[in-house]
Formats: sequence, structure tokens, C-alpha cells
Amino acid sequence: MVRPLGFLVGLGFITALVLAILTTPLSNEANAAHEFHKHPKHLKLASDGIVLPHWDQAQLQRGMQVYREVCSACHSLSLVAFRDIQDLGYTEGQVKTFAKGFQVPSINPDTGEPATRDGMPSDYFPSPYANEVAARAANNNALPPDLSLITKAREGGKDYVYSLLTGFQNPPKNLPAELKPGTGLHYNPYFANLNLAMAPPLTKGQVTYADGTEASVDQMAKDVTAFLVWTAEPKLIKRIQVGYAVFFFLLIFTVLTYLSYRNIWADKKH
Amino acid sequence: MSFPWAKPYEPTHPLMKWMDEKLPIPRLVYNATGPGYPVPRNLNYFWNFGVLAGAALMIQIITGIVLAMHYAANASVAFNSVEHIMRDVNAGWFIRYAHMNGASMFFIVVYLHIFRGLYYGSYKAPREMVWLLGVVIFLLMMATAFMGYVLPWGQMSFWGAQVITGFFSAIPLVGEPVRQWLLGGFVPDNATLNRFFSLHYLLPFVILGVIILHIWALHIPGSSNPTGIEVKGEQDTVPFHPYYTAKDGFGVGVFLLIFVALTFFSPNMLGHADNYIPANSLSTPAHIVPEWYFLPFYAILKAFTFNFLWIDAKLWGVIAMFASIALLFFLPWLDSSPVKSSNYRPLYRIFFWILVIDVLLLGWCGMQPAEQPWVILSQIGAIYYFAHFLVILPIVSRIERPLPMPNSITEAVLAKHATDAPSASATA
Repeated sequence: MVRPLGFLVGLGFITALVLAILTTPLSNEANAAHEFHKHPKHLKLASDGIVLPHWDQAQLQRGMQVYREVCSACHSLSLVAFRDIQDLGYTEGQVKTFAKGFQVPSINPDTGEPATRDGMPSDYFPSPYANEVAARAANNNALPPDLSLITKAREGGKDYVYSLLTGFQNPPKNLPAELKPGTGLHYNPYFANLNLAMAPPLTKGQVTYADGTEASVDQMAKDVTAFLVWTAEPKLIKRIQVGYAVFFFLLIFTVLTYLSYRNIWADKKH
Repeated sequence: MSFPWAKPYEPTHPLMKWMDEKLPIPRLVYNATGPGYPVPRNLNYFWNFGVLAGAALMIQIITGIVLAMHYAANASVAFNSVEHIMRDVNAGWFIRYAHMNGASMFFIVVYLHIFRGLYYGSYKAPREMVWLLGVVIFLLMMATAFMGYVLPWGQMSFWGAQVITGFFSAIPLVGEPVRQWLLGGFVPDNATLNRFFSLHYLLPFVILGVIILHIWALHIPGSSNPTGIEVKGEQDTVPFHPYYTAKDGFGVGVFLLIFVALTFFSPNMLGHADNYIPANSLSTPAHIVPEWYFLPFYAILKAFTFNFLWIDAKLWGVIAMFASIALLFFLPWLDSSPVKSSNYRPLYRIFFWILVIDVLLLGWCGMQPAEQPWVILSQIGAIYYFAHFLVILPIVSRIERPLPMPNSITEAVLAKHATDAPSASATA
């Protein structure tokens, strides 16, 4: 009984699928944006890979400077606390001073009115806007995304962020009219629909690096991307270091279990 | 559970005798995993995967309980509470990545366990009940994994919940009310997140219960083996302990090495970037894709693009997707061949390997956008999937002429060593 019924059910599904094949056109709708879209350029960082990755603290410090002096005008970094930047090679005192440079929302202890106070190491990087409505109002109705997780939250990760920052250019001559950037939009072939609300954020010499590194657009893009790799996963290097210890411990465990397995089965044909 | 050739449990120490009279747990352990459970001597490494699935479940339960201590199931803070675990909780990043990749490891070993069963005919009499309970476990795992993926409340969590609960709205008349009842609202929101968290915590223990039944049902006929010939006497077996505890111990070691490599060195490889964006009901991701372990079924869902008879394409897809799993319940009766192991089934063996390739193809198609050639490939893949189980398998099991089989497990083992020995000396 199961077999004849199963046969009929199977034929039902197969007929529906054969009809689906016959009625589905084999050609795709043309998507002109695909033609102009570019894959991200590879960015090599000290924190890459699993062979002795490390944080390049000088680069992370430069990257944080770029974030603070450029990106933070529009983008929040809400998951990162000032205390976290000790990872970047700052001392506790430097962190305190750094935090003090920010005003964070507070309540006036005498009146209960909204107020601001100096930042403390336990505070998080404050947002540039009071809320989403304010952010959209200031940015032609586009919402600048929070950058804390940005290198994990985009396909292509750090490569994508670096490519986007350095990828602004004039639209190619043969770009169809419907793909041309509208008012307030900027052409960038690394962005999914080619036109981005963000204006090219970096210009040569925009920041002055304390360590004398030349602030080219490419250098600033690399530095801030390295910084955003750290903000997305501050435990990345520790994770890989612990991973080696765990892996080699388990490797010894596995060799021992293999030897005991061979030993126990030595007299049994199987 | 009592085989004539099983070693009986005979406690000698007075304490163990006392215990055996009051609460015979040592007897249970001895008869279930000790020398009291004789197992075929010829099991290959594919018989490790049951134990590995159990290990994976225990890892999920332990890491999950710790995560639940730090996670907040509330739509306004769930996303940030996961990041709090990743950044501020001691070793929280490890627990979270282990749980995230543990789900993938669980599915990998369970899929290998299922395909082992398909190749070696483990679903056939006298083990039909073991197979049926296994399919129940598989369904419970899918429900648990789906609800777990919603909890971080990222974009893919939200839109995955939207799409999967949307299947129910394909049901005529009652579909939409059923969907709203499941979600506790019109779209996934706080009510959905809370109930999914509650059920995600509950279901693993239901799985654990069904696993106990699965093992109980297994221990009545005893384990199958690569020849598919039933055990005829003590010479065909070895006691579970120490022989298979040692072999499973080695299997667990290899499993953990792969698990650790994935968790520590590439923890986001099997995930989606979109799930690091907080859930937003106003912004739909460009491609909504489920986790990799659902992809073959997702491809079957999407393969139906034609309104056939009075059923529209969406409902066909939903019915076919559920049917593709439900048909496994009927497998013991769809395959009427008395020969279990594909080693002796020359024709079925070919179709088995086509099925393996077909499921991998469906998985690949499930990941792709709804464009050609992926649509037609998933349609062809889905045709083969249903044809394999519902048409080919019943016919093959009728017309196939099996290869000559050994008389017993021991004979097969000795024959293997007789042919191995000269070739070994020739190469030495």
C-alpha cells in the first residue's frame, strides 16, 4: 500500500516540477548594475589569518584618530567603550584623558534636567545624533550605520570597507542613465547599487598623524579599516592564540585515544 | 537487550550488590554500554557518528545553558546582549562561537549518520523503530536550530523567521491566522522572540528524551553492521566496552579537532554577514538565505514555480519541502529488498551516490539567488530527490539481483583478512 501511494505522490511532485521547468524562462532579466559592480580589493592587515596574527597598535591608533576626526561626525560606534581602547596600547591615564574629551548625556543631579558631563572610561563612544530621526534629517534621509560591527556585517568584510572608502570615482561614460547618481548620491562601484549617499569622506592630508605617517587617502582608509576590524571583534587575536593551545592539547588527546584504540583492538580481527 | 551471548552483570563488591538491589543503575550502564552489550566486531568509522551526535548535543546543551545566563530575550536588547557576551563576558566569545558552530557540527555528524543509515540499510527490519525515532529527532533538531538562529535578533534572524513562519500562510483558509498565532503578532517581534527562546531551551531536552528511546530501540535488535548480516553468535561480536568506547573516544577526538578549528580559526565561515546587522522590519536583505543545513530543503521549496491543478506554486513548494522530510518515515516500507548493505546491492549503490550528489547540488542551489541556471538545476535536483525515494527505490528493490553474501560477520571478517594478508606481505 505504501509503495503505490508513494508512487502516485512522487508522480504528482515530478509532474508539477516538469511543468515548472517548461514554464520558467531560461534567461535571466538583464541586470545592468551587475556589469559595473566591482569585487572588493584585498586589504592585508597584521591581524589577518591564523599564522601569528597580531594587532598593529600604531595602525589601530591612527585608525582611531581617523574615526574620531572624520567618521564620528556621522557614524556612531555604540558597542565600543573608552576602557576598551587600552588594547590599542594606551595607558589607563591616557584612556581617562581621552574619555574626558567627550561629552556624554547625563542628568543634572540637582534639577533632574537632561545635561551632559565629561566622559569616563566606562562610557561608550557617544553617538553624533540624538536619534535615528535626527540622523536621517541631517543626511538627506540616509541613515549612517553604526560602525562597531561593520567589518563583520558586510559581505567582503574589511576588504569591502577599504574598497568602499577608496572607491569613489566619476561614473563611467557608458553608464546607463538609470544608474547615474541622483542628487546627493555618489558613484562607487563597490557599493551594491553603485550609488551611495555618503560623500567621499577622506581627502589627502585630512588628519595629521602624530607618528609622522603621510595621511594619504589610501593610508587613512587602511588605518580606519584596521581599527574597525578591532572594534568588530576585540577578542580576535586572543581567540586565535587560545585556539592554538586548545588544538594542540586536543591533538595530543586524539593521538593517545588512537593508540589506546589500536592497543585494545590488537588481538581482534575486524 | 538480552542476547544469549551477552556477559551477565555479576556485582562482587557488597556495595555494588546493595546498589543493584536498590537502584540498579550500574547494571543499566553495564548492559547498555559495557560488556553486557555485544556489538558486531566489524563496524567501520561510519558507526562513530551516533556517539558524535550525542556529544554534539551535550556541547550544545552545556554552552546553551551558559549563554542563557547572559542573554536577554527581549527584542530591544537581544542583539546587544549577544555582543555583550562577545565582548564583556569572560570567555563569552568562546561559548557563543562554540554554540554557533556547534549547531553546524551537530548537523554535519547527523547528516553523515543519516547517509550511513541509507547506505547500509539501517532503516530495515528489525530496526524500523530506530529509524522512525531518528527522523523525529531530525525534525526536532531543525525546529530547535531555526528558533536558535532567531535569538541573536540580527537581520537574517528576523527575515528567516518571517520567511519560515510564512510557509504556514500558504495553507488555504487558516494559513494566515495560524501564522499570526505562531508569531504572536503580524510580524516577528518581542512575543515571537520570547516564545522562540522558551522553546529553544525546551526542545533540546525533548531531543534528549527521544535519543534515549532511539538508543533503547537500537539495543533491542543490537547495532547493524557493514555486511548487513545479523549477528549469529558471540564470535561475531565484541563487548561495547572497551572495544567501542576506545574507538568512539578516538572519533570524539577527531570531531573535537575539527570543531575547535572551526570555532577558533574561522567562526563566521558558515554564518551570514547580515546577521551582524540588528533586526530591522523596514529593510529587507538582498538575499534571504537560511543556514547551510536547511539549504537542500530550501532549494526544493523554491523549485516549484508553477500553479499546477488547484494548488498554487507557493503551496506546492511548502508541501514538497515537508514531504521531502516526511517521506523518510516511509523508507523502511518503500525499500522492499531484504539485503541491507549496499556493498551487496550493485544497482541501488549507484542511485545512492546519485542521491548524495543530488542533495549537495540542491544545497548549492539553495544558496543562490532565484536566477538561472540555479532555478532549473534545483528543479532537476528536486525531481531526482522525489524520484529516488518514491519511484526508483521501490522498483530497484524489486528488480535488483544482489551480489553473493558471506554467511556470517566472522566469515566476512576472516575473508577480508585472508585477502589483505598476501597483499600486505607483497608490498612489505
